[in-house]
Amino acid sequence: MATRASGRTVGGLRSLSLQAPAVTLLLIWMLVPLGMTLWFSFQRYNLLMPGMGGFAGLENYRYLLTDPALWSSMGTTLILVGSVLAISVIGGTLLAVLYQQDFFGRGVARVLAISPFFIMPTVSALVWKNMMMHPSNGVLAWFNGLFGLPAIDWFSSYPLLSIIIIVSWQWLPFALLILLTAMQSLDDDQVEAARMDGAGPVAIFFFITLPHLKRAISVVIMIQMIFLLTIFAEIFVTTSGGPGLATTNLAYLIYIRALLEFDVGGASAGGVIAIILANIVAIFLVRMVAKNLED
Amino acid sequence: MSTLQLKQITKSFDDTHVIKGVDLEVNDREFVVFVGPSGCGKSTLLRIIAGLESASSGDLVIDGKRINDVGPADRGLAMVFQSYALYPHMTVEDNMGFSLRLAGESKEARRTKVMEAARILQLEPLLDRKPKALSGGQRQRVAIGRAIVRNPSIFLFDEPLSNLDAALRVQMRIELARLHEELDATMIYVTHDQIEAMTMADKIVVLQGGEVEQVGSPMELYHHPCNRFVAGFIGSPKMNFLPVETVNADADGVEVTLPGGRPCRVPVTAGDTRPGAALELGIRPEHLMLDDEGPLEGEIQVIERLGGQTSLYITMGETLLTLMADGDVSHRVHDKVRFGFEPGRAHLFDAEGLALTSLERHHLAGLKRQDHRG
Repeated sequence: MATRASGRTVGGLRSLSLQAPAVTLLLIWMLVPLGMTLWFSFQRYNLLMPGMGGFAGLENYRYLLTDPALWSSMGTTLILVGSVLAISVIGGTLLAVLYQQDFFGRGVARVLAISPFFIMPTVSALVWKNMMMHPSNGVLAWFNGLFGLPAIDWFSSYPLLSIIIIVSWQWLPFALLILLTAMQSLDDDQVEAARMDGAGPVAIFFFITLPHLKRAISVVIMIQMIFLLTIFAEIFVTTSGGPGLATTNLAYLIYIRALLEFDVGGASAGGVIAIILANIVAIFLVRMVAKNLED
Repeated sequence: MSTLQLKQITKSFDDTHVIKGVDLEVNDREFVVFVGPSGCGKSTLLRIIAGLESASSGDLVIDGKRINDVGPADRGLAMVFQSYALYPHMTVEDNMGFSLRLAGESKEARRTKVMEAARILQLEPLLDRKPKALSGGQRQRVAIGRAIVRNPSIFLFDEPLSNLDAALRVQMRIELARLHEELDATMIYVTHDQIEAMTMADKIVVLQGGEVEQVGSPMELYHHPCNRFVAGFIGSPKMNFLPVETVNADADGVEVTLPGGRPCRVPVTAGDTRPGAALELGIRPEHLMLDDEGPLEGEIQVIERLGGQTSLYITMGETLLTLMADGDVSHRVHDKVRFGFEPGRAHLFDAEGLALTSLERHHLAGLKRQDHRG
């Protein structure tokens, strides 16, 4: 720290002038939208009622916080993020262990397992909607038919579960990719030492592999959390937040407020709440990851 | 308390034969060192004994029981890896107690055994640390401690000192020798460093290309190498080899013509060597002596002064010889020197590289390391 502090005083002015353009640009990039969102959230501003402008005080927030849709969408967001994280991390870890084994066609299997990640969300949502989960054309319906079972209309019977399945299908490969590369850095000698110490496959997984993957898992959780909090395309393409509010998460609620109801003020208030929520999550997350990266 | 026999052990990976039929007997409480150049199969052989690789054929017998099909954990062996292979997320204590934990021993029993091993290795102050916070030598000791805790019938070491710096290596070598005495256990040790082999072993197994070249005590290998490979591999600096021609072969030895034309009678059994046969004469650098009347002559190319000793690199025609001389010799580079040797110190190798047996055995050839202890 001492050297860094002295370095800062010696080259302080010069390095500051060099950093200034980048830092300024980033600040503008961040502060202008944030400031505008904050500003609009205190305004009475609905595109359908151009005459009714002016300062609204906390009216937008009061309206939003007493709206049951907000709480239901927050719940949906948490369930969506939590389940997808659980599925992709647990599934990704198990698949990473599987794909680390030597078997015929491993290279091809790895590429296939990772490929869903390269498909854009709208496309994958359309594929799931029209080709997988469709009650008359879908593969799943056909599969049910093989056993004489009735077809399931996924998006009306299990809307949130369907979204979770689609999003998990997309994000599991990402977890797999990160965890697989982490697996490859596991020292073979350690595994062999554990075998000599009497550890079977299960003990090796829990005592050697899992602690080794801890760091990678926390990175996966952090990155996925950032993206999963703002899931939008999959919902927009498949259920449009419905039926009712069953699949409306916070991002989709803000979209409804802003672009379906044209209530810019209300949507901005929702945006501010989303920022606060994301920051609460981020504080815990960054601490957890930092702690993991330390050891 | 434990003996090990290898009977015609072979190992192939696809079409590559890594181990080509190894027979070996390891006696109770013996310190056996596998030595050989890289790729000779010594580590593979150790891993076969450990159970980390399976032998393609042959029998592996510990204390009279065939253990080919017994898992690595149930063979009662412990291995120390070259990379130490400590579990990075566990403390030293947990590392050492891991095998006991898997075996379901109670916390107290674990603690007692770990403390005992830590005492032997002077690791007590480090028990709460993670491997990351240890120096190389300390990690090495923890790896050894992990082996001790299991109270194995045989210790296996896979090049355990090669990641340490030179000073630490000497220190750990002494510590391992002390440990062998204190634990009174059978140990098998793999190394490519012949100094480690010479200083620690009761019995050295020299391997090359997946085959055992020679088995014997360090002094036996030094004084009576059975072939040219062992002669060149054991001893540092390397043995010198000179092309010679047989003049006469009888019961008193073999007389050869040295490069330069002078004759020399080496006291070895003639076998079926006939006059006129081309042989190779091997002589160690420390047995070559500067001598104005000596039979050999050459030009000094390089001089390395170590203080107590001086290495002279001398060319004689095409051959480059090493001569270990006294530290006080005042020769300079490009001086012409004459030198010789005691014929009894020389070795002769036939066209196949096999040594002609000495008429007389060296008085230390049968020495075991235990004999020092009395």
